[in-house]
Amino acid sequence: MSRPIAVVAFAQLPSVRRDTAREETELVLPVVNAALEQAKLTRADIGFTCSGSSDYLLGRPFSFVSALDALAPWPPASESHVEMDGAWALYEAWVRLQCGDIDTALVYSYGKSSLGDLRDVLAQQLDPYYVAPLVPDSISLAALQARSLLDTGICSERDMAEVAMRSRRAAQDNPAAQVRKSADVQQLLSEPYLVAPLRKHDCPPISDGACALVLAALPAAERCSKHPVVIRGIDHRIEPHALGARDLTRSLSTQLAAKHAGALSGTFDLAELHAPFTHQELLLRRELQLGAAVKVNPSGGALAANPMMVAGLARIGEAAMRLARGEGRRALAHATSGPCLQQNLVCVLEAT
Amino acid sequence: MSEPVKVVPMKVRLEYTVTAGRTYSSYLHALAQKRIVGGRCPSCIKVYVPPRGSCPTCGVPTGETVELQHSATVTTFCVVNIAFGAMPFKPPYVVASLLLDGADIPIFHLVRGIPADQVRMGLRVRALWVPDAELAPTVESIRWFEPSGEPDAAYETYEAHL
Repeated sequence: MSRPIAVVAFAQLPSVRRDTAREETELVLPVVNAALEQAKLTRADIGFTCSGSSDYLLGRPFSFVSALDALAPWPPASESHVEMDGAWALYEAWVRLQCGDIDTALVYSYGKSSLGDLRDVLAQQLDPYYVAPLVPDSISLAALQARSLLDTGICSERDMAEVAMRSRRAAQDNPAAQVRKSADVQQLLSEPYLVAPLRKHDCPPISDGACALVLAALPAAERCSKHPVVIRGIDHRIEPHALGARDLTRSLSTQLAAKHAGALSGTFDLAELHAPFTHQELLLRRELQLGAAVKVNPSGGALAANPMMVAGLARIGEAAMRLARGEGRRALAHATSGPCLQQNLVCVLEAT
Repeated sequence: MSEPVKVVPMKVRLEYTVTAGRTYSSYLHALAQKRIVGGRCPSCIKVYVPPRGSCPTCGVPTGETVELQHSATVTTFCVVNIAFGAMPFKPPYVVASLLLDGADIPIFHLVRGIPADQVRMGLRVRALWVPDAELAPTVESIRWFEPSGEPDAAYETYEAHL
């Protein structure tokens, strides 16, 4: 039986295509301050901090160390970092809180996807011997997956355009979103392909952004928030590294993570799925067995704002804040990392 | 059986347009004007050079801009004796930790104009700037630091900044 841990605060910067003013400390400081203020905590109250970011995006080594200034880490703070989406930093913080000796943790992540050529940067995460030398870019790999889904009849280009339209229209109510409003499906389908079978609307925007989230164990969480949102289950799994060894029409790692997080039983009021490409939302809905009654990506999801290393953690934060505001009782949050949904994290959240 | 493949060359080249950030930009712009600026933390009143987006002790941006002297004390240093890559000079040469007058944190720069084996802790130095036409928003606007001729600083004056 795991110790119940709750999300008690979440703050994010509005995603933008290119933030030319702020470096990492300046991105992180406002979200850390806002999340701590929401939780009525100071830096000194935090038992553990974990961050997620990638030096490949920033184009400089150890960028996460300079971002640490935002924490005021002197005298030394108990702190860790993952070179991954912040959702995995949250997982580490959740594990750390299971030890029982501390009650609070701060999780933050930041990403500036605009500094380099994102499609080439992401190619560096591929297997270095057989795949990376070919430099297949991230959109082309997603297109391969979309093609397999279309060819097996699991979805149609119209289904994909409907996902885009719904995401963009949902994002109209999200001040942190970058892509809002949408033409109707017919118009979207008349657009040319970007990388067939993907059109521009099937792909995420390139985004710069940051977010921060505070976790607290019960009962301490009740001092931080009137509506703590409890993590009832959390798990993450990974697919084989070789893309050719995978069935791209499935996401077995998502299904397994969902099973272990307790997400395959009971119903959900809403789900925040980290699906950077339209076909991936359709695939994830299948694997997670989400019925039509579940409101998927009310924030607009990664199709509306996709700061790398942030968009996964933001799914958990968005889902938790919606439950805290009374938009539902139980939510599923999902995060992904790597090409074609390589690694997946599933988190079950419940309002208290 | 042919020879096993032991090496796979994979050349990677990625280009970035890096953002210096608001705070650090003020330092770089000042260097292009032959000035060195720091930032004072409003909480612990320490002067950081370059100014920082967040004071690492207090977690607030270093607010007030402080104009610093171009003179400094060598707090510690190393003599580079081994040649490598794109080095600026033939070894031996000295890279030092320099506490600018009025600053609470040292910067790193080259110390020249004195034989490497005579550089010492407490040595007083001053900035030698590039000609005005070559000034740019880079720390290379200061060519190096060289001895100012003042007597050495007493250890107690920089002990807290080592």
